Amino acid sequence: MEDLKLPGIDYGALLPMLILFGAACVGILLEVFTPRRLRHVIQLTLAFLAVTASFIAVIAQHDTRKITIGGAVAVDGPTLFLQGAILALGLVSLMLIGERSIERGGPFVSQAAITVGSQKDLKQAGDQSGATEVYPLTIFALGGMLLFVAANDLLTMFIALEVFSLPLYLLCALARRRRLLSQEAALKYFLLGSYASAFFLFGVALMYGFSGGVALAQVHAAVADPQRSQVLLYGGLALIAIGLLFKAALAPFHVWTPDVYQGAPTPVTALMAACTKVAAFGALLRVLYVAFDGVRWDFQPVLGTIAVLTMLVGAILAITQTDMKRLLAYSSVANAGYLLVGVLALNENGLSSTMFYLVAYGFSVLAAFGIVTLVRDADGEATHLARWAGLGRKSPLVAAAFTFILLAFAGIPLTSGFTAKFAVFGAAIEGGQTWLVVFGVITSMLLAFPYLRVVVLLWLSEPNESTPTVSIPGFLTSAALVIGVVATIALGVVPAPLIDLTRDAAQFVR
Amino acid sequence: MEQTVEYAPASGVLSGIWLLVAIPLASAAILLLLGKRADKWGHWLGVLAVAASFVLGLVFFLNLRGLDAEARSAQLSMWDFIAVGNLHVDFGLLFDPLAGVFVLLITGVGSLIHLYAVGYMEHDPGRRKFFGYFNLFVAAMLLLVLGNNYVMLYFGWEGVGLASYLLISFWYTRPSAATAGKKAFLMNRVGDAGLAIGIFVMFATLGTTQYDEVFGNVSALSSTTVLVLGLLLLLGAAGKSGQFPLHAWLPDAMEGPTPVSALIHAATMVTAGVYLIARSNAIFTANTVLQTVVVSVGALTLLMGCIIGAAKDDIKRVLAWSTVSQIGYMFLGVGLGGGAYALAIIHLLAHGFFKANMFLGAGSVMHGMHDQVDIRRFGGLRKYMKWTWLTFMMGWLAIIGIPPLSGYFSKEPIIAAAFERGDWTSWLYGMAALLGAGLTAFYMTRLFVLTFHGPERYTEDNKHPHESPYIMTVPLVLLALGSIGAGWLMSTSVPGWLEPVFGAEEAHHEAVLSHSLITILSLVVTVLGAGLAWALFRNGTALQEQPAGVVVTAARRNLYTDAINEAVFERPGIYLTRALVFLDNRGVDGLVNGIAAGIGGTSGRLRRLQTGFVRSYALSMLTGAVLVVGAFLAIQLGWLA
Repeated sequence: MEDLKLPGIDYGALLPMLILFGAACVGILLEVFTPRRLRHVIQLTLAFLAVTASFIAVIAQHDTRKITIGGAVAVDGPTLFLQGAILALGLVSLMLIGERSIERGGPFVSQAAITVGSQKDLKQAGDQSGATEVYPLTIFALGGMLLFVAANDLLTMFIALEVFSLPLYLLCALARRRRLLSQEAALKYFLLGSYASAFFLFGVALMYGFSGGVALAQVHAAVADPQRSQVLLYGGLALIAIGLLFKAALAPFHVWTPDVYQGAPTPVTALMAACTKVAAFGALLRVLYVAFDGVRWDFQPVLGTIAVLTMLVGAILAITQTDMKRLLAYSSVANAGYLLVGVLALNENGLSSTMFYLVAYGFSVLAAFGIVTLVRDADGEATHLARWAGLGRKSPLVAAAFTFILLAFAGIPLTSGFTAKFAVFGAAIEGGQTWLVVFGVITSMLLAFPYLRVVVLLWLSEPNESTPTVSIPGFLTSAALVIGVVATIALGVVPAPLIDLTRDAAQFVR
Repeated sequence: MEQTVEYAPASGVLSGIWLLVAIPLASAAILLLLGKRADKWGHWLGVLAVAASFVLGLVFFLNLRGLDAEARSAQLSMWDFIAVGNLHVDFGLLFDPLAGVFVLLITGVGSLIHLYAVGYMEHDPGRRKFFGYFNLFVAAMLLLVLGNNYVMLYFGWEGVGLASYLLISFWYTRPSAATAGKKAFLMNRVGDAGLAIGIFVMFATLGTTQYDEVFGNVSALSSTTVLVLGLLLLLGAAGKSGQFPLHAWLPDAMEGPTPVSALIHAATMVTAGVYLIARSNAIFTANTVLQTVVVSVGALTLLMGCIIGAAKDDIKRVLAWSTVSQIGYMFLGVGLGGGAYALAIIHLLAHGFFKANMFLGAGSVMHGMHDQVDIRRFGGLRKYMKWTWLTFMMGWLAIIGIPPLSGYFSKEPIIAAAFERGDWTSWLYGMAALLGAGLTAFYMTRLFVLTFHGPERYTEDNKHPHESPYIMTVPLVLLALGSIGAGWLMSTSVPGWLEPVFGAEEAHHEAVLSHSLITILSLVVTVLGAGLAWALFRNGTALQEQPAGVVVTAARRNLYTDAINEAVFERPGIYLTRALVFLDNRGVDGLVNGIAAGIGGTSGRLRRLQTGFVRSYALSMLTGAVLVVGAFLAIQLGWLA
């Protein structure tokens, strides 16, 4: 029997993930051992510390470029940039998740399994403080995302996918208000997510059959060999892509998005819209750029069609939405389409501009959902569009911030939305994908309509009796909103530093 | 004419020239943002800001004088303003002799008028806002003359346009003021569009808008390009400076407060067109047709201004038409080229003093007469307003060109230069300039005599005119001193001073009349015009407008230029708008609404696919998966590729 050789592990390069996973495990222990009163504060502090420490660890090794643990994890420019992005956006999401002053007990329930409508349920909806398990769950999810963008073989990638998905399924079910909707969303997300994971796993199996291994470098080498079964290659590529497209919410695999975004507690929706997007596109970039760039001419038209379909579906369906969270969900779908346009440029600028877009969009969408948590009445958040009429008269500051974010989504210059779209479209034209840009511009025009409709509603409609009040945001939500809005302005006015950073980072190791 | 232009980088004290613009801009921001909190002290901040700019301007000016003649310029590149592809526009400033004299004029006369406005606007509730706009104007005007490329100039150009609009309609509750503001804004847009397209032409043909690079490369352009470029710049200049055919807004602009008329619509902003042409002298001297056009515009406008000015009864409008006419002289000067550039600039400076002086004098008269502006209802005011009378007299003598006041030294050389153009056109332009001098003497004397001399013809509620407070008369005295002395100072040192900008004076063509004869002739027409007016209006005039002959009626109607504007531009414009609205409603809107309805309908139908059932979602995902896998396999089997 041969000696079993343990692969070398570079703990330093893995430190950001190790910190998060460690902190999440500690968080679960704390859940058991700390008194109920103090749990919230302790868990929140731990979560902030963990994410911050992890972020510092990412920065500390900004020039690391290596593959470690026997080829399972690649720590390179895109990994570090995307990990940094996930952590930065995650930190802001944590601020929204940790807010306890807008609603008594916070936006989460303590026990998700209680039958909806029962006496006990009404009681917990009323005043019981929410579950503090959300913090370890969030940390686990963030850790999984860090691993997802770093995974250098398909199996590690699958494990990471599950590690970050499972906590998200749970988090979706914890909304304090509209319990049924929340539970339904979680179940849908879980069922469809498992379904998509099955596609992914089947794709991995086919790739194993094709290349004799699951490492991306192995796949890359095998793609160059014309003797191998092309059916396995394309079948595997298609199925793996479907698994990733599902997480990134691209049509026609986006169907879960509006329902889940609407049903989940809004801070969790924000987390999904910002961080999950980064993670999903990070993995998609790595798979396409590292493993499959040998067949780029074959997948470009197929994925291009999906990008066009996604942009069209997102834009067209956004027009008739009447619920703010669903509107933002479709906007997020359309933005996934723009991101895919950047991905399909398949050049260095495509990589860097997609990464820039992810950060720019992430901050804007966090601010948008942050504002959604503020507009509420006695029954919780008032998400129906009609309820937002005339909000500008009653709460000009919040309405102005929301207007600004909407303008950023619409891609108006001097906002990050403009610079980001400009970057991905520029990269796509450079990569010969002008047809995608044409659709991108057309759908941007379509999307301007729903955004501006909301702006008109906010400012030009008379407030009526049903216009809800805007809660005074607590410190955490205020900080999150300020960060989101400032980042949206800053990346629109002086995008150069971040663009330079993405350019420096835009090189995968294989 | 080959011309190489090089600007030295700013160093030492001169690297602070950005402060000139920054100080009034900061003051404007403070005044406009602080709102009512600044009401108590805001006007003094406004005065201080401009005075500080003046002191700084003086320091920089003296510094510049200390440099060698060849190196008399300071260019300060601050940051990359626009950088797209090959297009680079600097956010940069240039302080050279030409910019220097403009800075001194703007901040010097500006300080005095700011000071005057403290008194003039004392009872106006919007005084702080007024000073905010006023400072904004000064900042924009300084940017205009200090920019080191055409985009910076355009930046300032639009800035002064905005400030002018805000200030003309400062009393926006008066319909006439609101309309005048709109008129000024719209007519300026026509000119601004010309300037903007001119700058685009520079981008397209030269790839740059930096002054040094543009002027250095003009000789490489075809003469047609130069002509087009020059005409576009001229359109811009005519719009801003109230020259034919875009002159109609300037007299209406007198609806603004009088200090505005004095500073913006007499001394500084309206001379921006002259500045533009003088600055672009490399372009204008490169094409003789272009020069002829400029000269013709100048000559025509100066005569029109005189004729209309002679028929007006509103004290400020007479002065406004006089401004139109005097800027015509300046255009005549810059169009003649060569040494006449410096003459035009000298006239501009002298005009800045005596016209500001007279406008403020008119303001002082209105202040003492309950805002009466009809000169038919003045008369004999010299008894009540000694200081206003004396200072106004200095302005009057200066503008009609009585030696040794400034107007004589600045206007007479332009008339002489017009006679020296070199061919038969010398007679045309020379006689126009000479006739203009006589008419100027006539209408200015009419204004002066009807206002300050003759019998009192006050309305019932206006029996007790009074002199204005010191805060208004002191600036008047200082400006009057300027009106007296400016021309003499200028005619000695400024031409040499401006030489680095315009190049050495070329040899003159043979004059068709001897210089001394021209001097005598211009004095004779001046005295004739003034004497005629004195004789006619010594004993006052009718209290109402009397029926008059064809010429006077035409002049009263602004020579029908408003009617022409209305018939040629306004009505067709209205019809065009109506036609377009019709087309828009029926055609474009139909199409757009159709598409919108189509998309909305699609959206509504697609929405139904979002049933909320996991089973249908899974089905749609499965369908998608089958299609994607199918597409990939189809590619592999060669069906699609």
